[in-house]
Amino acid sequence: MNFDETVPLSQRLEWSDVVPLTQDDGPNPVVPIAYKEEFRETMDYFRAIYFSDERSPRALRLTEETLLLNSGNYTVWHFRRLVLEALNHDLFEELEFIERIAEDNSKNYQLWHHRRWVAEKLGPDVAGRELEFTRRVLSLDAKHYHAWSHRQWTLRALGGWEDELDYCHELLEADVFNNSAWNQRYYVITQSPLLGGLEAMRESEVSYTIKAILTNPANESSWRYLKALYKDDKESWISDPSVSSVCLNVLSRTDCFHGFALSTLLDLLCDGLRPTNEHKDSVRALANEEPETNLANLVCTILGRVDPIRANYWAWRKSKITVAAI
Amino acid sequence: MPVVTRLIRLKCVGLRLDRSGLNRRICHGGHGESTRRRVMEELSSLTVSQREQFLVENDVFGIYNYFDASDVSTQKYMMEIQRDKQLDYLMKGLRQLGPQFSSLDANRPWLCYWILHSIALLGETVDDELESNAIDFLGRCQGSEGGYGGGPGQLPHLATTYAAVNALVTLGGDKALSSINREKMSCFLRRMKDTSGGFRMHDMGEMDVRACYTAISVASILNIMDDELTQGLGDYILSCQTYEGGIGGEPGSEAHGGYTYCGLAAMILINEVDRLNLDSLMNWAVHRQGVEMGFQGRTNKLVDGCYTFWQAAPCVLLQRLYSTNDHDVHGSSHISEGTNEEHHAHDEDDLEDSDDDDDSDEDNDEDSVNGHRIHHTSTYINRRMQLVFDSLGLQRYVLLCSKIPDGGFRDKPRKPRDFYHTCYCLSGLSVAQHAWLKDEDTPPLTRDIMGGYSNLLEPVQLLHNIVMDQYNEAIEFFFKAA
Repeated sequence: MNFDETVPLSQRLEWSDVVPLTQDDGPNPVVPIAYKEEFRETMDYFRAIYFSDERSPRALRLTEETLLLNSGNYTVWHFRRLVLEALNHDLFEELEFIERIAEDNSKNYQLWHHRRWVAEKLGPDVAGRELEFTRRVLSLDAKHYHAWSHRQWTLRALGGWEDELDYCHELLEADVFNNSAWNQRYYVITQSPLLGGLEAMRESEVSYTIKAILTNPANESSWRYLKALYKDDKESWISDPSVSSVCLNVLSRTDCFHGFALSTLLDLLCDGLRPTNEHKDSVRALANEEPETNLANLVCTILGRVDPIRANYWAWRKSKITVAAI
Repeated sequence: MPVVTRLIRLKCVGLRLDRSGLNRRICHGGHGESTRRRVMEELSSLTVSQREQFLVENDVFGIYNYFDASDVSTQKYMMEIQRDKQLDYLMKGLRQLGPQFSSLDANRPWLCYWILHSIALLGETVDDELESNAIDFLGRCQGSEGGYGGGPGQLPHLATTYAAVNALVTLGGDKALSSINREKMSCFLRRMKDTSGGFRMHDMGEMDVRACYTAISVASILNIMDDELTQGLGDYILSCQTYEGGIGGEPGSEAHGGYTYCGLAAMILINEVDRLNLDSLMNWAVHRQGVEMGFQGRTNKLVDGCYTFWQAAPCVLLQRLYSTNDHDVHGSSHISEGTNEEHHAHDEDDLEDSDDDDDSDEDNDEDSVNGHRIHHTSTYINRRMQLVFDSLGLQRYVLLCSKIPDGGFRDKPRKPRDFYHTCYCLSGLSVAQHAWLKDEDTPPLTRDIMGGYSNLLEPVQLLHNIVMDQYNEAIEFFFKAA
């Protein structure tokens, strides 16, 4: 930085020709903020150059000072983009600036929107850099929503798909409950130009997911991912023996949560799976209740017991089955 | 020692993160230093998600256990919403904010909405002077070319536009409502419309489901909706529904409570809701309620009080959609009505239980409340429906874990209060209290309201999150204005 932040703007020679513009808050504003002097003064100078539309190097430096005080001010970011364009400023320098701001607080929409704007201008050459930047952010917070959005945008707009499935695996190895990593995995499987699509990947993905499910049967993420692998292909979903067998496998164990296995089985039954005796037996083995004639009804009843938080939902599902069966 | 005790007491039924093995080993391990060491070892073998979840459950169940062990008067106090303290906190914020709020300097219409809506939910209003000051201030945030910015002189932005419009509607009255420039607003919304069908937040700004919702919500209230605004919008929102069933911020993004509310509400407002996969949306939404009984925003994330609104509102909207659809298709609702037994499913029940179970007092409960009309029990039962989530459990989380007795609400224990969480905890509390009802005009029963009828909040219009009476006034006003 080539300015001295410790000297107030009003005492800097560079700004002596500018008349600061105070905020038009009116005589009795509501939600008035008791700004610190530095904040107020910086914003007053910013307002002055924003309204005079001065797209100069000092204006660029002023936006930087302003954003360091409040990185959530989208008007400042917006004006900064206009200045960057007018000056034809080095955008690699801009990437560094964004990284500096992100170190302090990376959870704001403006920063990421700005990053996307800069990276889009720089094009596919910065794909690797963007993937690395998001990887760094995700190493601190593996579920950072904005970082994942930026990463997906980078992949689809700039490329860099080569190692993405490995990256998902790496994150799931570290924390198999990381739903963002499962979501990214689905994104890669369905969108990567290098992998051949969902159907081509289904078999290996199903076996990967089943392994994860059997290790942690109470992990909702992996069950939802399993169902996703059959999205828009109900026929395979109900006919693939691996799906119902993972349900039966989990239900046969006594040391784990049965809720997701039961709800998956319920979905299969509602989607048209004809239950075998094996299905019926393994469900009935869990029932303290009177065995009902309809297996799906019985599954709902058991779910109401093993998943009491959602007792209302399972009762509602049960009422839907009756209607569907008529 | 407290950690160990709480660990042992933790329930393991239905935990998303299966720690039953961990609990059992700890239970069998005896007490003392060796157990403590074992607990720490076990904790370090957990993944980040499990560890964070564990720590939150420890706090939450610590509070629940304290509540259960308390005497009746303490319990009564803990469940009270503390109206006076809440109002104090809110009024002070409206009048003056400290320098730490500089980070929200581009969100001042939001601060207005969060605070004014919270006050309205409590059934209160601001005095004439404050009302006039709020209208004047928001007028200074309105751009000359339409829309509202985050403060005077700032670029118009869809989110702050939504907040400003909702705040003005909440204030109500001709002066507030006529201060919104509808013609310019219409132009602003058109400028934000993207050729892809979605909306951008501001000139050259980001496009996401939030932008779509805020634009459509404003257009709907102001009665300036047209085909140009809705063109392609359903396609965009539909492309954001994920394999999990919830809706993400943009195509490919993870399903998320905030965006799910926005996407669902927008689809209903543009009359295209049937294009969404409602079964999977419902399934995803109800699964976001966790062992703490509050909602999380995403699968395997932590509970947060603000999702009391973002997730419970979609649950109720979906309940009503299904209820209406069933009515249309079958001539009558097949959903069983009004038995309410299932709502007492969770084992540590509320302190209201003793005077709750008597159905015969329903009529005299309601006729005394804020001048509401007297209804008969039969009318209620027809106007009630089966819930899909645990409303009392949710209210319990908000009142015991999110509420600050001194005023304000927070995300979860150990977090500070703020106006955002206060607004969405109160909004969600209102949604939960009225969740059994098919419309917002019917008052709930005593047993619907955790902590007793003195905790009753005003009902909200679910698609806009505006108190019902204020919403109705605005709709009438802008119907005439067209």
